[in-house]
Amino acid sequence: MPVITYRDALNQALREEMQRDDRVFIMGEEVGVYQGAYKVSKGMLQEFGEMRVVDTPITELGFAGVGVGAAMVGLRPIIEFMTWNFALLALDQVVNSAAKMLYMSGGQFSIPIVFRGPNGAALQLSAQHSQAWESWLAHIPGLKVVAPGTPYDAKGLLKSAVRDENPVIVLEGEMLYNTKGDVPAEEYLIPIGKAALKREGDHCSIITHGKMILVALQAADQLAKEGIRVEVLDLLSLRPMDVEAIVATVRKTNRAVVLEEGWEVAGIGAQVVDYIQRECFDDLDAPVVRVHQTDVPMPYAKNLERAAKPDVPKTIAAVKRVMYLEQ
Amino acid sequence: MPKKKSDSSVTIAAPPEPGSARLTEQSAAPSRTALLREMLLIRRFEERCAEAYALGKIGGFCHLYIGQEAVGVGAISALRDDDYVIASYRDHGQALARGVPPRAIMAELFGRSDGCSKGKGGSMHVFDRNVNFLGGHGIVGGHIPLATGVGFAIKYRGGDQVCLCFFGEAAVNGGAFHEALNMAALWKLPVIYLIENNRYGMGTALERASAINDIAERACSYDMPNEVVDGQEVFAVREAVMRAAQRARNDHTPTLIEVRTYRFMGHSMSDAVSGTYRTKEELEEHMKRDPITLLRGEMERHGEWSDQDMSALDEEIKGIVEDAWNYADASPEPALESLTEDVYVNSEL
Ligand SMILES: Cc1ncc(C[n+]2csc(CCOP(=O)(O)OP(=O)(O)O)c2C)c(N)n1
Ligand SMILES: [Mg+2]
Repeated sequence: MPVITYRDALNQALREEMQRDDRVFIMGEEVGVYQGAYKVSKGMLQEFGEMRVVDTPITELGFAGVGVGAAMVGLRPIIEFMTWNFALLALDQVVNSAAKMLYMSGGQFSIPIVFRGPNGAALQLSAQHSQAWESWLAHIPGLKVVAPGTPYDAKGLLKSAVRDENPVIVLEGEMLYNTKGDVPAEEYLIPIGKAALKREGDHCSIITHGKMILVALQAADQLAKEGIRVEVLDLLSLRPMDVEAIVATVRKTNRAVVLEEGWEVAGIGAQVVDYIQRECFDDLDAPVVRVHQTDVPMPYAKNLERAAKPDVPKTIAAVKRVMYLEQ
Repeated sequence: MPKKKSDSSVTIAAPPEPGSARLTEQSAAPSRTALLREMLLIRRFEERCAEAYALGKIGGFCHLYIGQEAVGVGAISALRDDDYVIASYRDHGQALARGVPPRAIMAELFGRSDGCSKGKGGSMHVFDRNVNFLGGHGIVGGHIPLATGVGFAIKYRGGDQVCLCFFGEAAVNGGAFHEALNMAALWKLPVIYLIENNRYGMGTALERASAINDIAERACSYDMPNEVVDGQEVFAVREAVMRAAQRARNDHTPTLIEVRTYRFMGHSMSDAVSGTYRTKEELEEHMKRDPITLLRGEMERHGEWSDQDMSALDEEIKGIVEDAWNYADASPEPALESLTEDVYVNSEL
């Protein structure tokens, strides 16, 4: 199977979907002439022309709305945000227009749109540029939210997102774009709403999504050396969330750590833990432990940033805690 | 349809009377040498930043001011000490011109505890309360309404200060710019909005992002005085800001100034200097109008300056920057306890 980068996997997904359906176009800052701020849309302007690969001014609110309007009358826009930090400016259109149009029009106007771009922290970008927004977005009925952490998942989920009749949020990662993995040459789709078991184990489950899947797998590798067999569940979709898969892994291991990149309060992990306590109360051998960013805006200094981010040592410590191996 | 210019756009207030009570020393005409010195400080500081970035001492996004020095220096030289300055993420130059100590800025860039923002902000977030420098802000256009708010507070308290707000030409396309300017004009607030038109956003030329190319004309929508200035001529920038400051102080009128300049580096340290979006030839053409060289030429013509003077000054400036580097390098990393400090200010009732 070809091994390609996460960036190229997304690029393939975009190109295949645009070749397949001429209603699909991509719009955003620097997607065309500059070949993408993170080069995800490399070569696309040359392939599809400027009507379908559209460079915008720095107007997130405006072009998100342009996308929704175009979707109301039959196009299928892919809106790229240079990062989700800047998409905050567009949230009114994402939430008040895209997510609610179908409902408030009594089913008349569906909005088949994709909003995508890197989410979460990279390195030393400091407070305004290092934020993970999934819990904000997953809060909204009418949106679907996916967060692929590997090239394989990125391609399959993005293709499904483009074909979905509803607004889909695709959360990528700046630190993921260069990572590599197996991606089949032939076409495939990954269903939205299904989690994937990324590693089997029977001592403890780590439930996570997005970039944190890499942290979870590394933690599991290290724990394996100590004889601790960790199961890793990748949620992939945050809305709808695959509750069945969460329940299955917790029933199997009876212990769970929920790992996410963002903040603790009202985070994705809080929702996962709620499903666990509702469905698996009698299966638990220990309280569920959450791993997340420290409850502060992201600092710039290297040492503080390291201290603030969830990482492998913190995840290992959490697993040991739910296994009563450590305080 | 011809573009209608508002009448106010041609208003040019008389230059300030020398010795006017309103003016502190800072805005009394500085010598060419003084301005050259500040511009050179920025140039050498930024060059060392590029080195430090390559060595990994500076991380994250780092946007340099090389090529644009005359803008920050000229504009800020027209202000009083009690005025306010606010900038985008491309903020080292304005901070230096405003008098934020080079040591404190370099330590901030190195992410150290003696940085002006205690190592928590980094390159994009230089703040210094001591000199009314209200920050470097990372979201394009996000700080323009803040400048309007500062203007509101000045008027509210009956002061006669001004707020000078720097931002790039790409920021004028966003909603924040328009909302902020409309309120400032509507409520007559003492704000100077200064567009640093360096021709590009990251990789998007002005003409590819804005429906009009003379962006100063956007002020006409708000009946706001405006002018276009050559940003490579430090005194031209200074004089335009002096006029705007007079208007702001005397009758609380905001101004939009479009300063035409050019960045000699890539958008940030992570971006190519030229490439798909601009040619090397274009860059080289613009580099012929280096603001520092232009000012030196001017001084030579006035018999004020020799090559010897220049090398002495350069040595001195390099010494200041070297000192800032050493200071930053020796400054400790922030203490881990500081991670959770400054999220809230203590506010017991
Ligand atoms: C709202 C928002 N969108 C996108 C970005 C990413 N970005 C940072 S700087 C920049 C270009 C800004 O250009 P301009 O306003 O001309 O300022 P310059 O960098 O040229 O000084 C972009 C797109 C951002 N920081 N904020
Ligand atoms: Mg610019």
